[in-house]
Amino acid sequence: MVDSLIAAASVVAAGLSVGLAAIGPGIGQGQAAGATVEGIARQPEAENKLRGTLLLSLAFMESLTIYGLVVSLSLLFANPFAG
Amino acid sequence: MYPLDMLNTSLLISGIEVGVHYYWDIAGVSIHGEVVLISSLVFFLLLGASFLGTSNLNQVPKGWQNFMELVLDFTQDIAKNQLGESFYRPWVPFITTLFLFIFGCNWAGALIPWKVIELPQGELAAPTNDINTTVALALMVSFAYFYAGLQKKGLGYFKRYLQPTPILLPINILEDFTKPLSLSFRLFGNTLADELTITVITLLVPLFIPLPIMGLGVFASSVQALIFSTLAAAYIAEVLE
Repeated sequence: MVDSLIAAASVVAAGLSVGLAAIGPGIGQGQAAGATVEGIARQPEAENKLRGTLLLSLAFMESLTIYGLVVSLSLLFANPFAG
Repeated sequence: MYPLDMLNTSLLISGIEVGVHYYWDIAGVSIHGEVVLISSLVFFLLLGASFLGTSNLNQVPKGWQNFMELVLDFTQDIAKNQLGESFYRPWVPFITTLFLFIFGCNWAGALIPWKVIELPQGELAAPTNDINTTVALALMVSFAYFYAGLQKKGLGYFKRYLQPTPILLPINILEDFTKPLSLSFRLFGNTLADELTITVITLLVPLFIPLPIMGLGVFASSVQALIFSTLAAAYIAEVLE
């Protein structure tokens, strides 16, 4: 009984942790990509430089979601509370 | 019982296995065998490539030498962009090694169909999807920047913790712990996320649909290698300035 309760709570928490962790980086990545498009439209010759910086910063933002993913994976596959 | 144990049945084409390892017991220490196997494969591949590149040096580079010089130029640029013209040279080998090893590990996991080889336990995959590998790499970076700071400034290195104001001392100390933590989690999470996404999609639609995701995985894993080495160089640059 307690086991299945823990399993259910872990699955819900795993879903929530990825979902909530995706909100902020999603907004941030959108803004960064938008600003880059604006920059390229204004100055098309700077595209190569902008692309590198954009990819790097996107990966940084993505890592925030990945932290949520790590939490949810540890809840699903290495749950410390499951018997 | 773990919540997702039911996904490990043999009925499915591709099961999800996380945290299942092929243990080797060597002198009372258990070692994750699949990690050792793939990372030594990557190690020998890199060694072979650099041996081929340097065995027959010419003034005008051709073939392997040309390719390896291209690779070195790329990694040298990573170090140069972060560390600056005057400090970057001694750190090129370290940054290059980090980049090439992580890149090789990620691509070895993404490009080679390891599922063909069956292990008694666990499965062959990128070594970087084991958190122990990434923590070891991140701790190497930590030691490297401590060494860089102490070598350059001696004990004056620790003045860094009191800047810009002594009030920030706890946060500065905390940063030494969060740096390796975020480095290792980022690499581990990204590699594992790539493989999990592919596994889940293969579970739903076994043919053709996973291909673009695999392409994305190959791209993302190379970006992760770039980010890890860029950050390592940035941390070293931070203590040198």
